[in-house]
Amino acid sequence: MSLAAKSLLLIAVLGLAACNNPDRYGAGAGGAGGAGGAGGAGGIDTTGLGDPNNPTSIAYFNQTVGDRVLFAVDQSTLSPEARGILTAQANWLNQNTGYAAIIEGHADEQGTREYNLALGARRAAAVQNFLISQGVAANRLRTISYGKERPLEVCSEEACYAKNRRAVTVLSAGAGV
Amino acid sequence: MIRPVRATFRTLLALALGVATLAAAPVLAQSSPPRIVIGQGVIEPMPIAVPGFIDEGGAGDYARQISNVVISDLEGTGFFRNIGEEAHISRITSFDGGIAFEDWKAINAQVLVTGAVSVAGDRITVKFRAYDVFNGTTLEGAALQFAGTTQGWRRMAHKVADVIYSKITGEGGYFDSRVVFVSESGPKNQRLKRLAVMDYDGANVAYLTDSSSIVLAPRFSPQGDRIIYTSYETGFPRITLLDVGSLARQTLEEQPGTMTFAPRFSPDGGTIVFSLERGGNTDIYALSLGGGGLRQLTNAPSIETAPSFSPDGSQIVFESDRTGTPQIYVMPAGGGEGTRISGGKGRYGTPVWSPRGDYIAFTKQNEGRFHIGVMRTDGSEERLLTASFLDEGPTWAPNGRVLMFTRETSGGGGQASLWSVDITGRNLKQIPTDGPASDPAWSPLLP
Repeated sequence: MSLAAKSLLLIAVLGLAACNNPDRYGAGAGGAGGAGGAGGAGGIDTTGLGDPNNPTSIAYFNQTVGDRVLFAVDQSTLSPEARGILTAQANWLNQNTGYAAIIEGHADEQGTREYNLALGARRAAAVQNFLISQGVAANRLRTISYGKERPLEVCSEEACYAKNRRAVTVLSAGAGV
Repeated sequence: MIRPVRATFRTLLALALGVATLAAAPVLAQSSPPRIVIGQGVIEPMPIAVPGFIDEGGAGDYARQISNVVISDLEGTGFFRNIGEEAHISRITSFDGGIAFEDWKAINAQVLVTGAVSVAGDRITVKFRAYDVFNGTTLEGAALQFAGTTQGWRRMAHKVADVIYSKITGEGGYFDSRVVFVSESGPKNQRLKRLAVMDYDGANVAYLTDSSSIVLAPRFSPQGDRIIYTSYETGFPRITLLDVGSLARQTLEEQPGTMTFAPRFSPDGGTIVFSLERGGNTDIYALSLGGGGLRQLTNAPSIETAPSFSPDGSQIVFESDRTGTPQIYVMPAGGGEGTRISGGKGRYGTPVWSPRGDYIAFTKQNEGRFHIGVMRTDGSEERLLTASFLDEGPTWAPNGRVLMFTRETSGGGGQASLWSVDITGRNLKQIPTDGPASDPAWSPLLP
């Protein structure tokens, strides 16, 4: 796992631990510069994901099942590889019914802010629809788009863009969203 | 392509009668008054002289600061060049004293601006005259007096400059205006964003929100009293209305399971149009702020976003990818399929109708570059004004002759900044801000 991916994961934990706000990039994750951030800039909490060797843990889902799928430029269609990952996600969710998920759609920086928001939503919905088609209850899933606001990789080359055009299934304990 | 501006001094038979002047009776004009026509011809900036304004009592530093802002406003347009005081032959020592026009002619000043400032308590009074040096007359309507609070001294200067700019170009002014924008900090993958407002030239910054949640693309109401924007404050992107005076915020009623973004006001301020996403599909909706419910204006499986009203409120220009790539369409304000107006190569987005109704500004992406451009409302006469790694989101100055937009540099250290350019592609420049900034939106001209 790259450094950037690791820090993102830790921030996700902090966000989940801090509040029920699904915006794991929002209040609490920021700290510096925010006058009224609800969570503040406390230390990073790594509890909550569970033991990655435990197949019912969020850590296992994220690392072993795979929490994200990637997309081609401007596309929201699921590649065969993405369908494989999402089938495994659906199986896991069907076995571990105590979790709900927010599916985050993201875009690379090549595009306007508004269009990328809509594109990210399209990608998140493609994942949501696939998971539902595999038997995951619709009331366990919600979508959100970050457009180009939260790249995973920051370089301005296709190597980074390819990783940023993603939909990430973010789990939280609880039966519904 | 970037085209140079063309401005000429043009002969006019007469200027319309303007506001009452403070000046002595003008003599008959022997030649045409100084005139710049924006968009015609290529020419050197018009040389002007703005000697430091006179302190007529209690003004202290304000007198000099105000004349400096007048100079900065006028030179900032690219149409004027101030002749520094070291080159002046005459000194202006009294606002009502005689003018030695020969001395200003000798240094080739076409326009001379004199002014005086007085302060009593927190009240400031600024009066000025702009002279046609070659005719030895006051420019018609360019001799006025403004009063306000000392706190608003920059606005007095902007108002003076707006009058001079208007009289010489024939265009509306735009200096006495504010810009709302997103102030940014933090690394690219964890950007902190908060709303801020500033004078059009970057001065007088005030912050309207903290940076605890992502905020995007604020827009002023036509009266300048409210700002509408997209906020992640509830966890999901939602349209939020902010009262500029009280800073009270109101999130528009949620449609469960949806995301709302890209809002803009109608010209009368009573309606907002925006994008609503449901099940992955984004369409354009309208909502009357006085009640009346949600109206769906587009209905297509493609992405429809970035709506902007025509100034008469009868039409909406928007972006859609129904043909596979984002393009620009115009539809009636009541909704409909729309007519495509963008025809060139590449991807078009964020269309914004000029407040004058004559052009639509847009973002264009082609062959790995981004451009800000303008086109006629039927899509003809497309003209690209800028080119960079990432330029996006134009906003119109109140006079419809200048655009401001976001420019972002590439790579991990990439940062956003605000830039302006006039509609001929001339006078591209960065607006000074304390830190990185994006998504500017111009206010109307202040009252």
